[in-house]
Amino acid sequence: MIVRIMGEGQLRLDDSALAELNRFDDQLGEAIESGDDEKFRSALVALLDAVRASGTPVPDEELVDSDLVLPYAEAHVDEVRAMLTGDGLIPESRTS
Amino acid sequence: MRRRRASLSRKGCLATMGLFQRISMVFRAKADKALDRAEDPRETLDYSYKKQLELLQKVRRGVADVATSRKRIEVQMSQLAGQSDKLQNQAGKALELGREDLAREALTRRSGLTNQITDLQTQHANLQAEEEKLTLAAQRLQAKVEAFRTRKETIKATYTAAEAQTRIGEAFSGISEEMSDVGLAVQRAEDKTAELQARAGAVDELLASGVLEDVTGTAKDDIALELDQMASTNDVELELARMKQELTAGPSGAAPKELEGEAAAPAEEPVAEPKQEGERQ
Repeated sequence: MIVRIMGEGQLRLDDSALAELNRFDDQLGEAIESGDDEKFRSALVALLDAVRASGTPVPDEELVDSDLVLPYAEAHVDEVRAMLTGDGLIPESRTS
Repeated sequence: MRRRRASLSRKGCLATMGLFQRISMVFRAKADKALDRAEDPRETLDYSYKKQLELLQKVRRGVADVATSRKRIEVQMSQLAGQSDKLQNQAGKALELGREDLAREALTRRSGLTNQITDLQTQHANLQAEEEKLTLAAQRLQAKVEAFRTRKETIKATYTAAEAQTRIGEAFSGISEEMSDVGLAVQRAEDKTAELQARAGAVDELLASGVLEDVTGTAKDDIALELDQMASTNDVELELARMKQELTAGPSGAAPKELEGEAAAPAEEPVAEPKQEGERQ
C-alpha cells in the first residue's frame, strides 16, 4: 500500500499496518465533523507518526500513485474539510 | 478508468480509511482528466513533461524566496537584539545615576522587544522547516521528472495504441500526483512567505522609526536623551571638581580659602558648602 503525506512524499506500507491506521480514522472523522482543530491535529499528528514509523519511503525515481493521501501535519481542520470535498484543493492550472 | 482497476481491488481493504482515500481520489481525478482530454496520449506526455519542468523551476524559485525571507528575519533578529542590549545598558546606567524610573522604562521597552524577538524566532524556525521541506520536494520532483522523461521516451519509441493507454496511465498518474502535491506545497510556502514578509516589513518600519514597542507612547530616544543629559551634567560637576582641585593644589597657593575648602576638604566648612552645591544644581 502506498501512502502519501502531502508535502513529504510517499511511503510504502505493509497492508497489515492498515489495522493500526484505521484506529485513527474515527477520531479524525469526528474531529473534522466537529471542526475542533486541536482534536483534529493531535489525531493527525499521531496518524502521520504511525505512518512514518511503519512505512518505507518510496524511492524518488519511482512513479506510482498513492492509495491514500494524508494531509500535512499543519493542515487546519477547515483546509482538510475543503480537501475532502475537492473544493480549492487543486486549481485547474496546476496540473493540467 | 484505466487506473481504477487497481484502486478498486485495494479499496475493499481500505474501506475504513475513507477520509483520506477521498483526498487521493481528488488527486487522481485530476490526472485522469488531463489524460482523457488528449487525442493522442503521446502529446499529453510531452505536454506534461513541459509542465513538470515549469513546476520544477517554480519550486526552486520557491526555495530561494523562502531563503531570502529567512535571511531577512535573521538580520532583524540581530538588530532587535542590539536594541535590546542597548536598553539593558541604559537601564543599568540609569540605576547607577539613581534614576529608577528611567531604568524601569528602559526595561519595560526591552521586554517588549524580547517578545518581538521570540516571535521572530518562531517565524525563523517555521521558515527553516519550510525551506527544508521545499528543498527535499525539489529533489524528489527532479528525480521523478527524470524518471518520467525516460519512461516517456520508451513509451513513444515502442508506441502501439493497444498498450499505450495502460503504460501512459501508469507513468502519468504517478507524476501527476507528485506535481499536484508539490504545486500545493509551493503555494503554501508562498502564502506563508508573503504573510511573513508583511510582518517583516512592519518590524523594519519599527526599527527605522525608532518607536519600539513603547507602552508609554513616548519617543524611543527619550531615555537615551535624559541619560545623556544626566551624564553631561555629571561630567560638568566632575570637571568643576577637578578644576577646583587643581586650583587648590596649585603651586602658587593663591587659591581663595573658600574654594580650597570646598574642593579638597569639605569638612572645613561644613555649613557653607552644601548650600553652594545646591545652588549649582
